[in-house]
Amino acid sequence: MADLAVSTPARDTAATQDRVLQVLLGAALVLCLAKPVLPDFLVRLPEAWIPPLAQWLDYFFNVIVIDTLHINQLTRWFAEGPLEFLLGATANLLEGKYRWPYLDDPLPWSSIAAVAAVIGYYLGGWKMSLLAGGTFVWTAVMGQWEITMETLSVLAVAAPLGFAIGLVTGIAAWKWKSFDNAIKPLLAVMQTLPFYTYLLPAVIFFKVGPTAGAIATTIYATPPMILMTTIGLKKVPPEIVEAGKMAGSTRWQMLTRVFIPSARTEILVGVNQVIMLCLAMVVLTAFIGMPGLGGKLLAMMNSFKLGRSFEIGITIVLVAIMLDQLSKAWVVKLPEHHERGTPWYIRHKYILLAVVVFVGFFGLAQVVEYFDEVGRRQSLSVGREMDKVIKWVLDIDLIQAITGGIRYVLNVWVLIPFRNALLWIPTSAFILLMVAFAWGVGGKRPAIYAAVFFTIIAFTGWWDRSVITLYSVISAVILSMFIGIPLGIFAARSAKWSRRMLIICDTAQTFPSFIYLLPAIMLFGVSDVTVVLSIVIFTTVPLTRYTIEGLRGVPPEMTEAADMSGATKRQKLLSVQLPLAMPTMAVGFNQAIMFAFFMVIIAAFIGTQDLGQELQRTLAGTDLGKNFVLGINVSLMALTFDMALTRWAAKRKEALGLG
Amino acid sequence: MTSEPPVISCRNAWKIFGPDPKGYLRTMPEGHSYDQIRADGYIAGVKDVSVDVAKGEMLVIMGLSGSGKSTLVRCFSRLHDITGGTIEVEGQDIMALSENDLIELRRSKMGMVFQSFGLLPHRTVLENVAFPLEMRGQDRHARRERALEVIKLVGLEGREDYFPRELSGGQQQRVGIARSLAIEPDIWFLDEPFSALDPLIRREMQDEFLRLQDMLGKTIVFITHDFDEALRLADRIAIMKDGAIEQCDTPDQIVLNPQTAYVRKFTEDIDKARVVHAGVLAAPVNGQAPEGEPVQGDMTILQLARQLVNDTRDHLPVTAKDGTLMGVLERRKALDVLLGDQ
Repeated sequence: MADLAVSTPARDTAATQDRVLQVLLGAALVLCLAKPVLPDFLVRLPEAWIPPLAQWLDYFFNVIVIDTLHINQLTRWFAEGPLEFLLGATANLLEGKYRWPYLDDPLPWSSIAAVAAVIGYYLGGWKMSLLAGGTFVWTAVMGQWEITMETLSVLAVAAPLGFAIGLVTGIAAWKWKSFDNAIKPLLAVMQTLPFYTYLLPAVIFFKVGPTAGAIATTIYATPPMILMTTIGLKKVPPEIVEAGKMAGSTRWQMLTRVFIPSARTEILVGVNQVIMLCLAMVVLTAFIGMPGLGGKLLAMMNSFKLGRSFEIGITIVLVAIMLDQLSKAWVVKLPEHHERGTPWYIRHKYILLAVVVFVGFFGLAQVVEYFDEVGRRQSLSVGREMDKVIKWVLDIDLIQAITGGIRYVLNVWVLIPFRNALLWIPTSAFILLMVAFAWGVGGKRPAIYAAVFFTIIAFTGWWDRSVITLYSVISAVILSMFIGIPLGIFAARSAKWSRRMLIICDTAQTFPSFIYLLPAIMLFGVSDVTVVLSIVIFTTVPLTRYTIEGLRGVPPEMTEAADMSGATKRQKLLSVQLPLAMPTMAVGFNQAIMFAFFMVIIAAFIGTQDLGQELQRTLAGTDLGKNFVLGINVSLMALTFDMALTRWAAKRKEALGLG
Repeated sequence: MTSEPPVISCRNAWKIFGPDPKGYLRTMPEGHSYDQIRADGYIAGVKDVSVDVAKGEMLVIMGLSGSGKSTLVRCFSRLHDITGGTIEVEGQDIMALSENDLIELRRSKMGMVFQSFGLLPHRTVLENVAFPLEMRGQDRHARRERALEVIKLVGLEGREDYFPRELSGGQQQRVGIARSLAIEPDIWFLDEPFSALDPLIRREMQDEFLRLQDMLGKTIVFITHDFDEALRLADRIAIMKDGAIEQCDTPDQIVLNPQTAYVRKFTEDIDKARVVHAGVLAAPVNGQAPEGEPVQGDMTILQLARQLVNDTRDHLPVTAKDGTLMGVLERRKALDVLLGDQ
């Protein structure tokens, strides 16, 4: 009885939903077919209708923010004062800039590598020790010490800053519901804004170079820290809270002695994300002239020196894995007790050991020059030789035939027709199609947002470029579905392969996105296909990952029930496992689309015709308004997908009763 | 009981959860039932409860999950603010306390033990136990001394530097108990302290708890969903259902005279002879002169079973601990209790 009462209205709404979907799609189709006779404004908005948004924003920034409020004086003061001081200090220690604390020589690489090894051992035993120490030894002997330290010295300032800002904001969001509601949409936009949009304001308000780099990096890395802090604080068990209150804690004591320590795990996961995002971003700040690993890589790629690029790529990957693994080890590291009467040198053995190896290698470096600095001649870099090898391999006819074939087929048969088709669709029909998609997938709210967002995009006057951006994203994600999902299904068949594949995916996800351009450029040179393929490589990772997690997460009693019903493997997969894995796979799909939006913008420097290209151009000037409008366009498109897919995954999960 | 004023005095206390509890309670018609309140979109966590807790008494609040027992005890300590009525602790209306006064009250007078222990995972046993002392700003040395003392009291010596996750459930709860005792509270709240433990450990912890209570003589409000536990520990039991107290009485009276059908359901399967004391069953002397060896009033009927079966007298004198005559026990009545056909 109760079931009937519930299901009837539900079925009614399902029917209405289908009808709305049909109407939307029908209207879009009519608009497409009637294109030749449509009034112009339904095909593309006429120039005259487009409000000069960028100029208004420029006015806002230039006249109000800068000339009237003098915000830039404050930010410049901050950039030239405390921030530059901090950056100068880390830079002096790590790579030898002449600033406080006025060491005439940077710290010897061997000392730093040795201390890293001790920290690694403390956090995770021999493996971590080897990873941490090894990474630094590799960078030193490959002759990349200085650029690595340039990157790390910015990271050493940006990551703690991001942590502190994120923690405080997260606490505020947890404490005041209204503040939480206010920053939520802001954070959603921030997490989808293309990184170029962070860069230009940073340059304008905080000077060129490391200061702007550090600021852009910090802002970019903060949102997940805020979210993790709020989540962690909300998750503190009520009994611990009550125990704190019954002990007569004041509010401050509650926060500092009860809530924050109890939320340690989530906060440290936030720290891990801050560090990883900082690394990803600090590499990208190469685009505003930040020296370091990213800058060198960009320069090498631009001059097509693939051997050196590859070596730097390895360094970036190693640094990423090291930072990720160490911070993750820190998350799970729990304090251990010492028996009473343990002497102090055992209690503090790790600190002691670190000091000893630091001083030891410092001394050694004064005597043996090699342990202080690896000279150009001494480095083991084989970049030039590798260049030759790579060029030789790429010159092999077979390889040329294969890559050429792939490029031709993709370009002529798939990508260009698809792109032209998307560009051919009238704006009005396109908006209707997006609304229909959001309606069909997510329901009413996402559909309304889709309508609003895409109408805004139409009115910004960057419609064609937005569509081209979208085309790259969609085609890349569809292509990567053909790779990622079968790969995931295959790996999910056995526990062993699932675990291996997940480790690979997790590791790959820590790489700064920049790295993914390397293989695509190596194989396909500089072309449209390269852009799509680099996105494909990047987005295959989350698709594979969540396919495995979805399939492995199917409750065993359900697969057992399928087995006992005499289902074949194929039947089991198609009618039991995949439907139940769909909500999780949708999360992966969503992540793939977000990654694609991120990557398509980076790939712009290869030479595309999308928003990324325009965005990159704005970096050269002071077009804050235009930069912002372009960034918002990307963000709005990404948010449309994000909302629809997240909503769908949540609804499905609820419907399937998979908590 | 003595004529001393009660330590906790709760008068017509209400705790209602929902969008506007205060406004709802004001306009709610008299005598609305739990289900009617729920139909209006509100949950009556505590429904018109009046109860006193005397100094040195152990009041056990018994009820199934969702009956409001945990909510009630949280109202006593003002972890929850009540919606209506008054709660006085040592004559002080706790709803009138400022935040600082409330903190001071908890720091000096109250201790609480939680069902899933509520230990701070990042602190050692010693630091957990010293936590309330640290909150009130005692210096490191003094709080260490005191913490070690209580840790010894609950039998956890040698585990001071362990972290909660390194201890068994029973040991963790000992830490919880030690922490609640560290400030030497006058009032001790225990919220299902042994429910998360397995039965053997639970029994052991109950014995341990009785031993502590013998030593310390605190005023205790103890919550449980286990009727046997309630009978074993309580001076008085308050049985709760749907936020209201169904009956509040001594274990003997609850077992002998359950006042509602709900309470009777609990008592049906209980071996009454284990609960009922000779002194309670004894009738006033009324001029009779019972002869021979008296029985002790504070012994249960079960403890007297052999004697009751073998004795030939119809009436037995009952004496209190100090030897004074309490009354006369009718042997037939006692045997009825013993044999379960009352």
